Amino acid sequence: MPEKMRQKAQILDKEGIRRALVRIAHEIIERNKGTEKIALIGIQRRGVPLANRLSGYIREIENKIIPVGILDITLYRDDITTLAHQPILRRTEVPFPVKNQKVILIDDVIYTGRTVRSAMDAIMDLGRPNLIELAVLVDRGHRELPIRADYVGKSTPTSSKEIVEVRLQETDGQEGVFILGEG
Amino acid sequence: MINRKNLIGLQHFDPPEIELILDTAVAMKEIVSRPIRKVPTLRGRTVMNLFYEPSTRTRTSFELAAKFLNADVINISSSASSVVKGESLKDTVRTLEAMGTDIVIIRHPMAGAANLLAGWTGAAVINAGDGAHEHPTQGLLDMFTVREKKGALEGLKIAIIGDILHSRVARSDIWGFLKMGARVSVCGPATMLPIGIERTGVDVYCNVDKALEDADVIIMLRIQLERQKAGLFPSLREYARLFGLNRERLSLAKKDALVMHPGPMNKGVEISGEVADSLQSVINEQVTNGVAVRMAVLYLLIGGGDA
Repeated sequence: MPEKMRQKAQILDKEGIRRALVRIAHEIIERNKGTEKIALIGIQRRGVPLANRLSGYIREIENKIIPVGILDITLYRDDITTLAHQPILRRTEVPFPVKNQKVILIDDVIYTGRTVRSAMDAIMDLGRPNLIELAVLVDRGHRELPIRADYVGKSTPTSSKEIVEVRLQETDGQEGVFILGEG
Repeated sequence: MINRKNLIGLQHFDPPEIELILDTAVAMKEIVSRPIRKVPTLRGRTVMNLFYEPSTRTRTSFELAAKFLNADVINISSSASSVVKGESLKDTVRTLEAMGTDIVIIRHPMAGAANLLAGWTGAAVINAGDGAHEHPTQGLLDMFTVREKKGALEGLKIAIIGDILHSRVARSDIWGFLKMGARVSVCGPATMLPIGIERTGVDVYCNVDKALEDADVIIMLRIQLERQKAGLFPSLREYARLFGLNRERLSLAKKDALVMHPGPMNKGVEISGEVADSLQSVINEQVTNGVAVRMAVLYLLIGGGDA
């Protein structure tokens, strides 16, 4: 990462994040014709608060409680043995069987698609879900694998030199999605 | 972050490094509790168990840890290898390294063997017990077990009782618990307390009742019958009477004190069967936690850009 990254643009503010998540909540219910057998799994770290929020919005709309799990994909990364330092392992906690469930993976940003590939492997090791869908707050392009998101908060074309930073109250103490870049 | 290739002893580890290993083991324990206990992390890596002393639980524990992480595991015990033909440790390791080994786990009767080996090989080296020096993964799993039960290690009173002189477990526990802010007492027959042990910062007792007073954790050490030919105490019966942990003695410690033992136990000698199987005993959990802690160590040591 280059040393001086400057904030170039804000693509979502607090209200924008809320609206995007509420819309995704509606889309999830619509596409699955209700909430039966739906479980949300947030990818560590920022997918976790997003999954909790989505579960909350779905409950407000449908008055149904949607279980939420936490997934750490570190051990499934395809670059794990080539990194200079081992990333910190965070906890995985999926307190329900994924077998025969409709699992919706939640992450903050989709970029190369490699995280999602790892997450799908990790979920398969927990059991065989009926289907897996993917919801992200931001799609920034540059996929390296044949993977796409089913629910997208905002699509933003970026340069691969830029960084998309999602800040959430729960993990960062503030709300917003920003594009950082050089110069 | 762990900037090391080897785990030789806890004496030279910093508290944040120990903390990281224990935190990582929490995530590993979740994997051990799954129906399918397998993650692909060390796929294509080779782990070698090189054991110059008999061992069941440590070797099996390392083997399971490596297998849960999808590494290939080779077990070599000295009795069934070229060692009996007189091959030196150095030559054995060079040969095995030439076959492509990423991690060597070594147990050896001589203190310092793991350290020597680390200087000879490019593979990562984990000490699984070297003479009376250290057994770091046992120290880590003891700390993990206590932290899981008590929430934190700082300020706890840990009593380690038995043959401190010959015990590598005691040394790893002493270094580890002291670094994490616990108070450590050691107790045993005077012939089994190493001279100068108090310089590590532990309290030394010859009276077991005093050592147990207000203890939060009691770690009983195995009387190594195979090392007792030197006559360091008169008889096993006397040892059991003066130093063995029974129910009356246990009541001197805190009400919720944990009873631990690195195994294998001599029930009726250092620990009564009643205490070993009591609700305060976490001896079986130590074994389960051992696998998670060893997975954490394998994971943290095998990182590094030259793969």
